[in-house]
Amino acid sequence: MPNRSHNYDVLVIGAGPAGLAAAVSAQQAGARVAIVDDNPGLGGQIWRGEQRQPSAPEAAQWLRRVQAAQLEFISGARVYDQPEAGRLLAETFDGVVELGYRKLILATGARERFLPFPGWTLPGVAGAGGLQALVKSGLPIEGKKVVVAGTGPLLLAVAAYLRKRGANVLLIAEQTPPSRLLSFGLSLWRSPDKILQAWQLKRALLGIAHLTNCWPVAAHGEEQLQRVTLHKGQKAWDVHCDYLACGFHLVPNVELAVFFGCELRDGVVQVDELQATNVLGIYCAGESTGIGGLELSLVEGQIAGYAATDQREKARTLFPERRKQQQFAELLNRAFALREELKRLPQPDTIVCRCEDVRFAQLEKYPAWRAAKLQTRCGMGPCQGRICGAAIEFLLGWQPESVRPPVYPVNVGHLIHRASNGGQRACASTPTSIGRPGTRTNDDAPSSDAPTSPLAVGQ
Amino acid sequence: MTAPITSNAFDLAIVGGGIVGAACAWEAARAGLRVVVIENGVIGGGATAAGMGHLVVMDDSEAQFALTHYSQQLWQEIAPELPHDVEYEECGTIWVAADEEEMEEVRRKVHFYQTRGVAVETLDAEALAEAEPNLRPGLAGALLVPGDGVVYPPCAARYFLEQAQVLGAQLRGGQSAIAFSNEGVQLHDGTFISAGATVNATGSWAPLLTPGIEVQKRKGHLLITDRYPGFVRHQLIELGYLKSAHSINSDSVAFNVQPRKTGQVLIGSSRQYGVAGAQVEAAMLSRMLSRAEEYMPGLTRLSALRTWTGFRAATPDKLPLVGPCPGSENLYLATGHEGLGITTSLGTAKLLVDQLLHRPSAIPLAPYLPNRTQQEAAHA
Amino acid sequence: MPETVVLAVNGQRVIVPDGSTVATAVALSGATTFRRSVTNQPRAPLCGMGICFECRVTINGQAHARSCQIVCRDGMQVRTDA
Repeated sequence: MPNRSHNYDVLVIGAGPAGLAAAVSAQQAGARVAIVDDNPGLGGQIWRGEQRQPSAPEAAQWLRRVQAAQLEFISGARVYDQPEAGRLLAETFDGVVELGYRKLILATGARERFLPFPGWTLPGVAGAGGLQALVKSGLPIEGKKVVVAGTGPLLLAVAAYLRKRGANVLLIAEQTPPSRLLSFGLSLWRSPDKILQAWQLKRALLGIAHLTNCWPVAAHGEEQLQRVTLHKGQKAWDVHCDYLACGFHLVPNVELAVFFGCELRDGVVQVDELQATNVLGIYCAGESTGIGGLELSLVEGQIAGYAATDQREKARTLFPERRKQQQFAELLNRAFALREELKRLPQPDTIVCRCEDVRFAQLEKYPAWRAAKLQTRCGMGPCQGRICGAAIEFLLGWQPESVRPPVYPVNVGHLIHRASNGGQRACASTPTSIGRPGTRTNDDAPSSDAPTSPLAVGQ
Repeated sequence: MTAPITSNAFDLAIVGGGIVGAACAWEAARAGLRVVVIENGVIGGGATAAGMGHLVVMDDSEAQFALTHYSQQLWQEIAPELPHDVEYEECGTIWVAADEEEMEEVRRKVHFYQTRGVAVETLDAEALAEAEPNLRPGLAGALLVPGDGVVYPPCAARYFLEQAQVLGAQLRGGQSAIAFSNEGVQLHDGTFISAGATVNATGSWAPLLTPGIEVQKRKGHLLITDRYPGFVRHQLIELGYLKSAHSINSDSVAFNVQPRKTGQVLIGSSRQYGVAGAQVEAAMLSRMLSRAEEYMPGLTRLSALRTWTGFRAATPDKLPLVGPCPGSENLYLATGHEGLGITTSLGTAKLLVDQLLHRPSAIPLAPYLPNRTQQEAAHA
Repeated sequence: MPETVVLAVNGQRVIVPDGSTVATAVALSGATTFRRSVTNQPRAPLCGMGICFECRVTINGQAHARSCQIVCRDGMQVRTDA
């Protein structure tokens, strides 16, 4: 297959709400826009599966807008390197795609924070969002006994979803105290839409115990989860279950932003009022600028899409909405802040790094990441510290290190950059045009046409 | 300088907690010296962490052979005591010959090693394919050096330092040395560490503390894969390496692949002069991996976890600087090990302490003395 | 396009709806352990979104493939590490 690359005015990384909103907004200026995402479908985590099985009206609305716009979607493709300014490489199951861009919008979303406790590595213990994603992808859950635990608004949504799919949700264990939940609930009066959502959730969860000040301290089983020990006040008791869906709120995915040289503060990407990062031509929207939920992601995405295509006035009209959603985000993050007791969850022999099976006692003796990494290999496995990193930041206060290529593990061969005109690289994935039939504008320009515009940005 | 001056707080202050500094600390502590190690970063966090950890007997020159062979024997002596995480493994080195010309080189090496008592085997094309099934077909043969091995260097450095500490050595972590004097080492925070003798063991950074010494940074790239036990069984190095990698002036890459005890595969190697930045360079990485692919096509399908770079401390004659620093009274150098610092750390430590205590050395010291270039000039 | 995809998990024939991930096929095959950790512990997917690498299986001889991100194709040979 000849060597091909695809060039875009605006490339959006991430097909969740922020990415979709950014792409649709950028396209309104007539720009050639593409979205690249490592998932097979549009929607990111929160709208996973909405294309195939619509359930959220807001998702359907945005997916319709995406359909109507002339967008290209490069699915199942994970961006891992930028060998030169304005040119990205993404790996797919079949090979590599080259993506040229003039403006880049990072909408890389968030992942769950996991905290290590004895038994958390057993099959059957998954993230809350993790189990939901697996069920959305077809994991059979009907009749299974599930405990949902951890912290964050996601727990309720996951419990409701799993119940709808036939799971026997035994209880929800939320670590935050009821007082914080109450003040969070009271703050919702300013957002009627959120009250409605909350009310709908409550109905969906009728009959399921929702315990606050409660968290899992151990999971038990040999080859598979059999029961979980929960802790609340002075009490600890065991619950038999098939799955423990457990996540401790969210952490932003910032690795790509760091790789591109974007500035971070307190672990989130810093942006100006137009969602522009400090790197010329790179914008960031959604959870990677701070955990703020769906509505904030949508409005940030739109602003970024407009800003990246010189539609500044349109962007400005959205500032008040963004401010409102940011206030909500602050309340949200305060309500679900982790309590200090959770730092005592791992026992000395509890595995913290699941890739290299590094135990908590091995780490405690080091002052910072680098020494611990070199001596124990903690965080040096294929997840590159994405899972243990957030836990260790909470448990030991260590800040993450630099990001080098490949930003995700890829085949060794995909780090070999053949001569551009050599035609050796198999271009595996041809973008899917989401727009109407016959309107496809992708002409598979040869890579010698890679952007040379001064707008193209580098590291 | 004669025997250590006992009125000082320490007999020996070593700046640099890489594997060379750590090995020197251990050897000095074993000899009864009061030792302090000053390290501003992580123990074994510089070139020690960046390198492959190949323990190899080399034959570029008699002096290089003497030091690597001596060091190899020292590694083999301590091997039974090394903790598990040092991952010592005698996997052997296979020097791969691509063609008949390189088979000539195999025959030369066989003669060289055998006449010096190092066990080696010649592998024909068939035996090579059997030993390493993932090498491409059509290679001419190889030289197997079964006694060579690999270690995980950061843990080796830590172990050496721990052993030194058991014998009373002290570590000043998180502190940088800013200057040597005849009485000791000046630290960045204003502290002065008085010592009878001092050692600059800061690898490629050595000229910052000791300007004028002939040590240059030589950048290298490496890549590590996920775990594929058995994919590679020996340290594999192309013999073309001799034609390319050792040319002093130009950038070069070579097929150099190592099996880790974990089942991971380390892929190297590259050599660049005059590059100050530590960033991974896509073009150089690509060149290095292309070379690896030529020899072992299946490597390209393995999952690459991480890439990184490091700086070797290179000297013009490819031999380290071990001994008194010309023009200084009490300062010693233990640097300039280029790509062989892991292997030669133990030999370096012996030779350094031999000089400090005026002990006889197992091998001649002269080729490694820092003043050797001046002496050559004087004799010229 | 066919509605279902047929593949093999540990030699066992599994039929899944088109668009399913390999992780789904593994779960439907009855396997609970996807891989063995470096100290030989049983592991299964954690994050469900391709980040944790606990869902790794061997697909068509290629080790360390992330089953939760890869869509099933007809004739795939999937092997878990159980």
